[in-house]
Parts: sequence; structure tokens; C-alpha cells
Amino acid sequence: MNFLKRTIPLIIAFVMGVLMAMQYYVPHKLSQDLLEVVSKWDRIIAGFAVFIGAYSLLHLHWTRIKRKVEGWGYSVFVYFGAIITLLFGFLNGGKFFWNDKQDGTMFDWLYYYVQVPAGATIFSILAFFIASAAYRTFRARTNESTVLLLAAIVVMLGRVPIGNYISPYVPAIADWIMAVPNLAAKRGILLGVSLGAIATSLKIIFGIERSYLGGGD
Amino acid sequence: MSSNRTFPVSFFTVKTFVVRKYFFVAAIILLSPCLLNTGIFAQLPSFLIPPTEFKAFDTPNDAGETISLTWSISPSDAPDVFYVVYIDKDKNGDFEKEAIRIKSNASYRTAAPEIYGHKKSNGNYHYVQIFPKKVFNGETIDKKRVYYFKLAMVAGSNKIVLDTIASARVHGNWLHLKKVNNFLIMITLSAIILYFIVHARQNPNMFLRKISGLDAVDEALGRATEMGKPVLFVHGLTGMGSISTIAATNILGRIARKIADYDANLKVVNNDPIVMSVSQEVVKESYLEAGRPDAYSPDNVFLVASEQFPYVAAVGGIMTRERPAANFFVGYFYAEALILAETGASTGAIQIAGTDAYTQLPFFITTCDYTLIGEELYAASAYLSREPMLMGTLRAQDVGKGILIVILILGTILASFGLTFITRLFEAF
Repeated sequence: MNFLKRTIPLIIAFVMGVLMAMQYYVPHKLSQDLLEVVSKWDRIIAGFAVFIGAYSLLHLHWTRIKRKVEGWGYSVFVYFGAIITLLFGFLNGGKFFWNDKQDGTMFDWLYYYVQVPAGATIFSILAFFIASAAYRTFRARTNESTVLLLAAIVVMLGRVPIGNYISPYVPAIADWIMAVPNLAAKRGILLGVSLGAIATSLKIIFGIERSYLGGGD
Repeated sequence: MSSNRTFPVSFFTVKTFVVRKYFFVAAIILLSPCLLNTGIFAQLPSFLIPPTEFKAFDTPNDAGETISLTWSISPSDAPDVFYVVYIDKDKNGDFEKEAIRIKSNASYRTAAPEIYGHKKSNGNYHYVQIFPKKVFNGETIDKKRVYYFKLAMVAGSNKIVLDTIASARVHGNWLHLKKVNNFLIMITLSAIILYFIVHARQNPNMFLRKISGLDAVDEALGRATEMGKPVLFVHGLTGMGSISTIAATNILGRIARKIADYDANLKVVNNDPIVMSVSQEVVKESYLEAGRPDAYSPDNVFLVASEQFPYVAAVGGIMTRERPAANFFVGYFYAEALILAETGASTGAIQIAGTDAYTQLPFFITTCDYTLIGEELYAASAYLSREPMLMGTLRAQDVGKGILIVILILGTILASFGLTFITRLFEAF
């Protein structure tokens, strides 16, 4: 059992890890074909995984309804939404699901007039959260936060027309902040991230890090 | 002389003729720029000077699907002059199939630094790539097949065809020579990491710099246990193919183990079914390791939504209804980062975030109590487990950073003196 649960996955991780790392340096058609095959496998596995995800979601909300936990009414809406969407998806504008997807059906209507506006509504909340987060951050209680506050004011003014009216130097300073200190910090983070990614990949390829398999040994 | 000549026309007619003539000349002068611009009277070269050095060769560092063609620029190059490349499988063929047609003032070697580097003379040569398979409508390419090319220069009805016939055959390459620098860097960094992993076995008491975000994990879990409220672990939006998600599941395993020890309640929300399946296994094994398999419930590791903003809405709802005592945001996040973290902050939970998404880092730093910045996300698993071999990678990361900093300083100094070869050494293709 340990062989099936541990050894085989570790061998697969090692072989595929080395193979795909080398694939990046080999431009030959065989190498490209290998990448394509692996990508197809990935898509097929992801396709099957959707069923697991759907089961998890529906099971979770069914349990909530059954136990009448706090907010169980929202779970009814999950079922309602899922059934309606599935129904119109299968109907496919009267052509049924075994034909190509039709345009302008109720399924599209649900997407464009329910899901997209609902998503946009959530996204728009971000503006208010940015304001509240900015208020907390920009309270100049320490030297660092004072520097942050000043930099933020200059960058914000430099990005709007009034900044240029105040002084043509404001947009220039804003550009400098973004192109020099900001970019330097960003690249510093990216270098660290890249090294971390290489280290993590090696740990997985050589079986040193196994917690993704479940457990630490 | 003319003064003695008589005109059979009246004075009025002569005047009208003169006015008309000047009006016509003035109109031509005024309208000529417009007419030239519209191309009605655009001047085409009366004769074309053909280019020289027409060559064909297999494109280096490719899968074996293209042939590269290059030729020198011509004094006749102009926006209205075109180059047409004809292809044939037979050297004595008709060369009727057009492989490509380009404007004569476009497509230079400068667009192919991976082949010609950054020489100044690159602007004196045209360069194109031909896909024989596409030209011959998907016909399978025979590796032994030689393709022949002829170059023509076309300007309106003028056309000259070069006598030179260039030929090449395609073949795939087994090593991308321009990526050798990348390969060597990867090998060097990997060797450093493996050295420190082996070294860490012999010297397990390695010094590690303090990461306050990870030291606070115990505090957050202790608080959740005391309050009897759940701990919420929020995955980022990327799938299992992303290294940050793999790092996140590693951290999840360590946290789940501690939670099982503390007998607290862990909830893991996912937006990807594969990540969910992996997370379920990771949490289950952690509970098994802690000797508390009975405390594990698969219902606590669940999928809430696969789309970005429905995911935000669902997780935000869980935060406000169940009011977890501690929130962990680990993985790669996009615009949802601030919405999730602000919602969590409003519930009064201890929040620890870890991400390598540098665009979202400011939001997490602003809103969370502790933030793992960039590489700390990858260091977290080793830091929490304290396993010597894993900790070796942390030392290796620091050494790798040191080397990169030295190279950066050296490169900056050399570039300041006009020596850019070090930049070319690290060029990516």
C-alpha cells in the first residue's frame, strides 16, 4: 500500500519533473508533441475533476439544508441556480445538448444578465475597500508610513490631470517613483520568488518535500 | 514679331483664357500634396534595383518547421515596393507558389536577435520565416525534402525576379542553444540548493532568520482553539499547476497537523476541484499523523465556487456568518485579495497571508496582521516543519540571492562603463 501511495507518486513526480524541465530546452518536434500530450492529459483530468467539485459543492449545501444551519436559505439558492442553469444548458435553445452550443439562448442570458452583473457588483466593492484600506495605511504614525503616504500622494496626483496643473514635476516624480524604487522592489521580490520556486520544485522532484502527497514523511 | 500679329479673338476671351490657365496651375499646386498622398499620382520607381545576398537556411533552435530567408536591402525599398518569395519543391520548377509577400520597408534582421544578435548591420538585411507546411496546405514535411526559393521585387506593374535560387531543408534541433545560459543558471542554482540540502543533514542546527508571520501561526491557532471558532484556510485562484498553489498545500499540511494537535476546527475553501482533492488528502493525512483520524471531516475541505467573484462572495459569506478566529490566505491571488482580507479584518480575525503575487502584496500588508512576502511563501513549509533537509533549501535560497546581488552590482558597474556583455549573458529568449 505504501508503495502505491508513496513510491509510485514519487517516481512519477521525479520522472515528469525532470522530463518537463528538460523539455523547455529542447525545441525538437518530439519535445513539443510531449508537451501537447501532457497538456491534453491535464485538461482531461481537469474535466473529470469538475464532477468531483460539483459533487463537493452540492453535497456541502445539501448538508447545510438538511441540518438547517445558519444561512441555510442561501444553500437553497445554490440548488435553484444550479438546476436552472443546467436545465437551460441541456435545452440549448431547443437544439438540446448533443448539438453545438447555440448563441442567444436563455443559458447565455443567465450568464450575461445574472452572473456577469453579479460579478461586477462584487468587483465594484473593491473601490470602497481600497478607500478603507488606504485610510488605515496612510495614517502617518511612523516614519515609514509617512514616506508611504507622501509617495502615494505624489503618485496619485501624478496620475490625474490636476497633478500637471499643480506642477509639471509632479507627473515626472510619480513616473520616477514607479520606474525606479517601485520597480527595484518588484524585481527584488521576483528574484526571491524565482529562487523559492526553483527550490520548491527541486524539493518535490527529489521527493524531499512530500506533504503535498499528504503527511510529512 | 508677335506684336505685329493679330489675334482673331477679342480682348475679353484672351483675359478669360489667362485667368483659366493660372487657376488650373494654382489648383494643381494646391492639390498636388493631397493627390500624392492618396496615391493617385504616387511615384513608383521607374526601375528597380534588386537586392543581393539572397540566402535560405534552416531556422536554428526550432522544432523543424520553418526555413529562414534573408537578403540585403535595396536602394529601391519603399512603402509601395514589395518583396515576394516564391517556393518550389523542384529547382527547375515554375516557382508559381507565393510563400510570402512583405513590404520592402519592413521585416529586418533586427526582429530576430536570437539568430543575429544585436549587430548594427542587422538593419541592412531583410529577414523572413517560411512555414513550408502551411504554404503547402498542411502537407507533411519530409526531412530530406529540399525547398527552393526565388525572390522577386514588385512595384505596381514592374517586377524583377532575382536569378539566385536559394535552397534549404528543415530539421528540428535537440538543444535550444540560446537557452544554454538559462540552463547553466538553473544547473548552478540547483547544485547550490542540493549542496545545502545534503549539508543540512550533517548540520541540523542551522540558523534561520526569524519569519514573524510563521511564528504567529501558533498564536493564531491557539486563539482559535481558545475561542472555539474555526480556522479558515483560503487558497488562491491558481490550479495545481502553479508552484504557489503547491507551496500553499505544503503549508496547509503543516497547519492541519497543528490544528489536529490543538483539536481546533479547520475549514479549507477551494475554487479548483483538483486543488480541493489534493487539499482533502493533505488534511486527512495530517490528522492521521497527529493520531486523530476521527477528527477529520471531508466536508470541511470543500469547493465553494470556480469563478473569481462568486468565490469572493462565498468566502466573504463564510467569514461573516461563521466568524473564524484566524484566516490564512495562501497562494496566488488577484483582485479578490483585498476584498477577502478586508472582510476578514472586519470580523476581527487574526489574518496571515502569504503570496508571491507582488501586485496584491500591498493589500495584504495593509489588511493582514502578518504577511509572507514572495519567497517566504516557499520557505514556510520548511520553517514550520523544522526538518533539516527542508531547511537546507532556505540557506540555499539566501546564498542564491547573494550571488544574484553580486552579479547585479557587477552588471550595473560594467553597464555604466558601456560594457554590456554581462547583460547579453543573461538575455532570455
